Amino acid sequence: MSVNEKVAIEHGLKADEYERICKLLKRTPNITELGIFSAMWNEHCSYKSSRLHLKKLPTSGKKVIQGPGENAGVIDIEDGDAIVFKIESHNHPSFIEPYQGAATGVGGIMRDVFTMGARPIANLNSIHFGSTQNKKTKNLLRGVVHGIGGYGNCMGVPTIAGQTSFDSSYNGNILVNAMTLGLVKKDKIFYSKAAGIDKPVIYVGSKTGRDGIHGASMASASFDDKIEEKKPTVQVGDPFTEKLLLEACLELMAGDSIIAIQDMGAAGLTSSSIEMASKGKLGIEIHLDKVPCRETKMTPYEIMLSESQERMLIVLEKGKENLAKKIFDKWNLDFAVIGKTTNTKNIELFFNKEQVAKIPVNILVENSPMYDRKWRKTKLPKKNKIIKKDFKNLKILDVLKKILSNPNVCNKKWIWEQYDHTVMGDTIQKPGGDSGVVRVHGSKKAIAAVVDSSAVYCWAHPHTGGKQIVCESWRNLISVGANPIAITNCLNFGSPEKEENMGEFVECVEGIAEAAKYLSFPVVSGNVSFYNQTKEIGIKPTPVIGGVGLIKDHNKMITMNFKDEGNVILVLGKTEGHLDQSLFTRTILDEKNGPPPEINLFNEKNIGETLLKLIEQDLIKSAHDVSLGGLIMGISKMCIKGDIGIKLKKPKSLLSEFEYFFSEDQGRYIIEITKSNLKKVSNFLNKNSVYFEEIGILKGKSLYFDEKTIVSIDELKTYNNNWLKDYMSK
Amino acid sequence: MKSSVITFPGSNCDRDMDVALKKFGFNNKMVWHDDEELPKSDLVVLPGGFSYGDYLRCGSMASKSKIMQSVINFAKSGGLVMGICNGFQILVETGLLPGALLRNKYLEFICKNVFVKLDNNKNPYFKNIDKEVLEFHIAHNEGNYFCTPEQLKEIEDNNQVAIYYCSDSGQINEKHNPNGSIKNIAGILNKKKNVLGMMPHPERMIDKCLSGEDGSIFFKNLINNLK
Repeated sequence: MSVNEKVAIEHGLKADEYERICKLLKRTPNITELGIFSAMWNEHCSYKSSRLHLKKLPTSGKKVIQGPGENAGVIDIEDGDAIVFKIESHNHPSFIEPYQGAATGVGGIMRDVFTMGARPIANLNSIHFGSTQNKKTKNLLRGVVHGIGGYGNCMGVPTIAGQTSFDSSYNGNILVNAMTLGLVKKDKIFYSKAAGIDKPVIYVGSKTGRDGIHGASMASASFDDKIEEKKPTVQVGDPFTEKLLLEACLELMAGDSIIAIQDMGAAGLTSSSIEMASKGKLGIEIHLDKVPCRETKMTPYEIMLSESQERMLIVLEKGKENLAKKIFDKWNLDFAVIGKTTNTKNIELFFNKEQVAKIPVNILVENSPMYDRKWRKTKLPKKNKIIKKDFKNLKILDVLKKILSNPNVCNKKWIWEQYDHTVMGDTIQKPGGDSGVVRVHGSKKAIAAVVDSSAVYCWAHPHTGGKQIVCESWRNLISVGANPIAITNCLNFGSPEKEENMGEFVECVEGIAEAAKYLSFPVVSGNVSFYNQTKEIGIKPTPVIGGVGLIKDHNKMITMNFKDEGNVILVLGKTEGHLDQSLFTRTILDEKNGPPPEINLFNEKNIGETLLKLIEQDLIKSAHDVSLGGLIMGISKMCIKGDIGIKLKKPKSLLSEFEYFFSEDQGRYIIEITKSNLKKVSNFLNKNSVYFEEIGILKGKSLYFDEKTIVSIDELKTYNNNWLKDYMSK
Repeated sequence: MKSSVITFPGSNCDRDMDVALKKFGFNNKMVWHDDEELPKSDLVVLPGGFSYGDYLRCGSMASKSKIMQSVINFAKSGGLVMGICNGFQILVETGLLPGALLRNKYLEFICKNVFVKLDNNKNPYFKNIDKEVLEFHIAHNEGNYFCTPEQLKEIEDNNQVAIYYCSDSGQINEKHNPNGSIKNIAGILNKKKNVLGMMPHPERMIDKCLSGEDGSIFFKNLINNLK
């Protein structure tokens, strides 16, 4: 097949990009080479629209061992231990084929983590679906949940936390973001940088098939009516093989045979081989006829672009081939020496001894396009004039019941009970809390992890929204007693070619950067997913933040369920009554405009750090941050989980009860302390200039506002616990 | 007391079981599926997981593993063999235990705490436990126990049911049947009572900070019974 501009465009390249290729190569590429360029230069692999702005993120810190640029980020958790973690999107494939799309998303991110030598110890996920009225939503949700469970459960890695949202902007573009954490010894971390020439390049894992060809290019395009035709570009996962691959790799990694290792993820053999060569400033030579194939007559083009799962590329020390082969034979996995490193700085491909491609590595990587896309700033929307009249016909209990069963805050047990969240025997905080927590096996330490997004806030004002998610992640970690260390981000947006969407991206990133810098909460890994749009309709900007923190003594972990009658409940942080963009205003008043709540980073940091000190002194019985649904939602959930009621005090504030209880002002926590510690805690909070209010005392089995306004905890449970289960069984 | 845990390709609760057995005093060895010989053991455990990826039928390929011949011989000579979750599925596939484990009634994987009622306190696994109801943890997709009416009669006549799913107060009813198992059966024994298969994972309940501590009761009792 001869190559020309038309063929290049069919590969997803732009005309000027094709021109650039010809100029850099000083010739026309052949079809295999064109395929390689299209795989390396698409948005998904090259970050061509985002690179410029991602530089704004803080990526270093005292605890950072490895920032972005490797398979995953790595942080120090002391005693020679490190945590490897990353979040990644698998949005497009999951919309086309929810089970396999979600499953391979989970498989891919776990591979990124164990490629670095870490045993995965926890999975998380953030999934976004269209409106619950949309007829596709139920099937997509069911398929995605089955897929995530199907892969993670089989791997024997607990899924410890997650987040699920529904919004009509995802009707034609769901989001499936998967995160994995792995544990590794600091001196046994493996990287993808090749070193030394003439070293054997090894292929291990599953055989290569025709699945997933051009998967990364698909992820870099918008959807149209013909989306169903893209099904063959979705990869098919085999968690069993991946489990074997995990064990085999870790067995090989225990020795000293590996120079560099890289999993074959997006753009398969192409990106893995090129990345290893590029990082080592080397060349690489591959004999494609030696690649184990599962289908006959696969062409070099197909072998290079296949996204078959569960495969790894390894550069070995010379002479260690037999030792390595023995391990992979034991685990019944394919093993083949397919090439070697060279000093040519070219990637050279051969098929039956005939050269089929030769490209200088730097052209593919350093010379890949980078765009400074046009973008538009989002103005801070005007505040809505919400007046008392709007509340006239509302009764607080009715509103509370309605909000408790809102799809975005209701209990998600139907989902997480389908995930094995207890395998490995170290899960000490299950899904449903502020963060998931796993013990560091055999030690006193524990790791807390959480995923958050606030698409509504980001949509209303991207900069504030970006800051907010970082703060929310920080708060969720602190609420379980963890010291926040670092984050990973998955940036899901519409088309970067549209000024509006690009603007959302730029400003969200700037917001994330500002908060992450202020809180010393660096970004150590991440992923960008653009083109989340169908027929010109983009999703709400949805950056997802995965936060990780350390609990030095897991006996000090905090949970959110109220503990004992008679205890005093305080709210840290000031309730100002900001109702715009709150769940209350959007769903009860049906008002979708207005600014999101403001973020005050000084207060955020001060309150969070003060709360951690109180936890350290064993003064906190339970804690929960105030988020979606406001103060009363937080209190209700703590009552429901603890099966204890509360007698609320009449707020001293001038706000109406709706503003007081449903506003979503940021930087607030609800905490439970014993009566006898009230004075001590109050003094400590005052000394640290933390604003707080005493809002009630735990008592009985109901939520008590006043003698006329009482609701039993059992009733609250019914509203909160049953919605999703009922919806899915209808 | 010596124990052996068999690791099949795809086992993923083998480490958890190793940790649990050691915690309660067993001298445990991990045994590879491709070995032929079983180390000298007082107890052999087939752990949970997805042996051979659950391909073909859960447990069917593992039941043909090299080591399984030794395990079967060990069981036939009266040795204690316990299969948890996937291990239960393997035992059913070998024919050491009657019946089959079908896909859960609601076609979904279930991971949660359940209560089980001890039925038969004459077997070496549960005898001397002074509680009637234990809180255990399940995590499976195919735990729906099924057998023919004839088999069921035989199982019941011989007191082969080890545990039933039940409410926290020990009520055995449909509401407390998580997966559709016949008669709420969660675990069964062979006729000689030396082979136990059960879906719940006691090894995940061995610390107060985990899902619960009733697994500790089980293991402490088990090693005492073996002494």
